[in-house]
This record gives sequence, structure tokens and C-alpha cells, in this order.
Amino acid sequence: MIRLIALFVMLALPASAEEIVLGLSRDQVSITATFEGSEILIFGAIKRDGPVQAEGDLGVIVTVAGPDEPVTVRKKDRRFGIWVNSASVDVDVAPTFYAVATNRPLSEILTFTEDLNTRISTARAIRSVGATVDSAQNFTEALIRIREQQGLYQTLPTGVSVVEDTLFRTLIPLPANLTEGDYKAEIYLTRGREIVDFYVTDIPVQKVGLERWLYNLAHDNPFLYGLMSLSIAIAAGWGASAAFSVFRR
Amino acid sequence: MQIYLPIAEISVNIFLLLGLGGIVGILSGMFGVGGGFLMTPLLFFIGIPPAVAVATEANQIVASSFSGVLAHLKRKTVDLRMGTVLLIGGLIGSGLGIILFNYLKSLGQVELLVQLCYVVFLGMIGSLMFIESLKAIRNASKPGGSVPKRRKHNWVHNLPFKMKFRVSGLYISVIPPLMVGVLVGVLAAIMGVGGGFIMVPAMIYLLGMPTKVVVGTSLFQIIFVTAFTTMLHATTNFTVDVVLAVLLLVGGVIGAQIGTRIGVKMKAEQLRIWLAIMVLAVCGKLAFDLLVMPSELYSLGTGGHS
Repeated sequence: MIRLIALFVMLALPASAEEIVLGLSRDQVSITATFEGSEILIFGAIKRDGPVQAEGDLGVIVTVAGPDEPVTVRKKDRRFGIWVNSASVDVDVAPTFYAVATNRPLSEILTFTEDLNTRISTARAIRSVGATVDSAQNFTEALIRIREQQGLYQTLPTGVSVVEDTLFRTLIPLPANLTEGDYKAEIYLTRGREIVDFYVTDIPVQKVGLERWLYNLAHDNPFLYGLMSLSIAIAAGWGASAAFSVFRR
Repeated sequence: MQIYLPIAEISVNIFLLLGLGGIVGILSGMFGVGGGFLMTPLLFFIGIPPAVAVATEANQIVASSFSGVLAHLKRKTVDLRMGTVLLIGGLIGSGLGIILFNYLKSLGQVELLVQLCYVVFLGMIGSLMFIESLKAIRNASKPGGSVPKRRKHNWVHNLPFKMKFRVSGLYISVIPPLMVGVLVGVLAAIMGVGGGFIMVPAMIYLLGMPTKVVVGTSLFQIIFVTAFTTMLHATTNFTVDVVLAVLLLVGGVIGAQIGTRIGVKMKAEQLRIWLAIMVLAVCGKLAFDLLVMPSELYSLGTGGHS
């Protein structure tokens, strides 16, 4: 709380104030039938009223987070000679996508307590309350590891390039297996490992066109969707046999 | 070229899917099998979530069996009465199968169930077929060949609720065909297969149906059971991916016609032995995955216990 007040006090002082001015290469991401992944360019400048007076090194942190969802992490164990799922941990909140890009390794530009409060690092962005297994941490680590392999969780320690302590830019790659929803881009400015300003903006990620229509139909009107799938199948089967009986003659 | 599958929510190479459909189509045309038991594990291998693979494959089987049954109806080799009895059993079985599937899904064991079913059934059918075709090849080389078996009266003929099946020339109880139907229905729901590979031997050996009506009748039953299964998966799990189904269909339809032409040129025993080897290979790969320690012990599932 004191830290928060301190932050406001700092922002209120015009002489030392540093503010983020932001630009995005795109304000929404569309998942089309041929979606192969994408990337998003986040760039901006640090606005100052006067010459640089703040002490400590400048840090820029950019995070992009997908919608939160609960996840069940299961572990395989050997039972009767075969590997089966046994223990499981429910993770209450895990972003479906999470990227952290910084201009230098996170620990050099952010204090541990600030990380705890703002939940910037990937491990902090995941919350599991009421885990019943002793080794719950192994499960959340596995979650991060698996999603990192899928390109869904990214830590880019030198992903942000800063020019003249004023301009910054970063490129966040988005994989093909994105979940749709409102993505949140957050930009933090730190001085001497304390946050001096931050900026939040939404980037909606949506299926569009046929993909959106099919997905909505399958979930909103599953009976009709099922009938449609079946009639396509029957039409195809009939068409194939008709076409080839003509072909044979 | 990649294509994004709206329900599976992954991006897959379009030519890979067309190719898979084509190869399985060729095989099913060559051997006269549905191909579901090959396609579903192949879909697992390329990373389609098992629940989506099983549901979508059920939808695809509707198409291929519909195409097949039309030809059999023209030749009048479908026992509609027997088909209906098998179908009633099949619908019950399919419903039971979906309940079991969804229950195990909530426990996180559905993949295990599907894989175990595949290992057990593919192993059984594959080895039986392998042994039988080896015998057939050996007998064919000997003069005289095999002695035709006489149809015996077994326990099947002592059950109540007898019914006349004119096309098959049978007068038997409805209980055995109902049971066969239930079993096939459960398998259709769990494994995403038509179940022809179980039903055809059961019809010949257990029910004593004449071989010429067996395939048409089983196709007739499979259409309705897989259609019902598709609807159940679509409405309870939302896992039928129509884009995936269409891509597999296109490849499958073309492949099947090519396969039929290749099949005509090959000897029946040789065909059977190759099919047996293939079935055993798929079974071996699935068993291997269960027995060997996986490189990643952890897996992710959708949250909560729903």
C-alpha cells in the first residue's frame, strides 16, 4: 500500500514523471481458416516533461496475457506395468497464453515484492489454491514447461529493445493454437527495479468467418450442427458412389 | 498449407489430412474394411485430441458406409430385419458407451480407455486373422484344400424369443444379435470405429449368417449407429470437427476407389495377411506407448471436474 502511495506521489511530481505512450501494430487478431500463427508488434515512447532526473536503470516490461482458464494437470504413473494418469492438480487460474518480454532479465529490473504484487513473471501469473498434492509445485512447473513447448508461454529476457532510453519496441510471436478471447497487453516502466508507470490495453483475438460460424453453431446449437455434419457425410457418401458408378460405365 | 480446425482448435497441414484420408481409403478399398480402426489412431499420432478424433471419425464412417450400403441394397444383399435388430442393440450400446466415455473423461482416463480398447481388439483380431490366413495359404498349397465345416447347433439356438430372418434363411432368438449390436455400439462410441471388424466375424460364426449378406447388413447397422454416436458426441461433448471430417472424406473417397482396383489384382490370402500385419503394427505402436515411460509425465486437461 505504501508502495502504491509512493507510486502516486512519484507520478504526481511533474519533474521526474515518465509516462508511456503506446502503439500497436494491430488492435485485433483474427483466426481465419488458414491461420498459421501471427505476431504482434508493440512499440512506444517514454514521455518526459523535462530532462531525465530519475535514478536507477530504466526497465521496460511488456506482457501479453490470454484469457484465464482453470486447468487440470495430470501426472502419469506406472500401474500394472502401463503408464496411466494418477495424481492431478487443479490450477484455478492459468492464462491460455502468456508472454513476458523485457529489455533485460526480469530480476534485474523488477524487485521480488513488485513481482508478487503485479504477478508479472509466468510462475506468478498461475494460481493454484487448495492443491492437495504435496508436490503441487512440480505440477505448475510442468504446466509452464508444456505450454512453453507449445509456444503458449514465452519469456523473452531481451525481447524489448530500447533506444536512447526513450523509444522501445518488441515483437511477440503468437502461435497457431491460440484460444480466442480478450488478450491483455500490459507495459510497465521501472526505475531502479520499482514500477513508475504502467499502461494496459486490450487486444481481442477472435475466430472469424467460417471458423467462427462453425464454432458458434457447434456450441450454441449442437443438435443442428450434428445434423449438418451428418447430412454432409451422407451427401458425400452418396455423391461418391454415384460419381464412381458413372465412371465405371 | 495449414488449415485451422475450428473444433480441435489446432492448425494442421491440409495435405497431411488429405493424404491420411487417401491412404486409409486405399487400404479400406483394398481390404474391404471401414478403416476407422486405422484412422482414429493415426489422428492421435498427428496430435488431434482423442475426444475430437473419436467423434469426428464416427461422422466420417457414416459417409463411407452410406456409400457402401447403396451398392449392397442394389444387389439385395442386406437383411433389413436382422439389420434392425442389430441396430436396436447398437443404439443401446452407443448410449452406454457415451456415458462411460464421458464418465472416464471426467476422471482423466478416457485416453487410457481408448488406447486399451485398441490394443486389446486390434491385437485379438490381428493375430486371429494372421493365423487364419497362414493356414489358408498352407492349405491352398496342399491338394484337396480345406474341408467345409458343417453348421452346428450351438447354445445360440436354444434361446427364447425366436424370430424368422428370411433373407439370411435363419430362425433364431433375437438375443444374440441384440448382444452383438450392443457390443458394437459401445465400441463405436468409445473407439470411433464402425465395428465391422467385430460384427462380421460374430455374424458368420456366432449367428451363422450366410457370408453374402453379412457385409451389407453390417454396413446398414453401422450407418445408423455411427450417425447416432455422432449426434451424441456433438450434443454432449461438442467434439465433432466438420472441417476435419470433410478433409478426411475427400481423401478417403478417392483412396477407396483406387484401393478397390488394387485389391482386385491381389490374391485374397495375401491381402488378408498384409491387413493382419498392419493391424498388429498399429496395435504394437499403441501398446509400446503405454508400456514405455513417456518423455513427459504430465499432461494438461480442461479445468475443474466437469
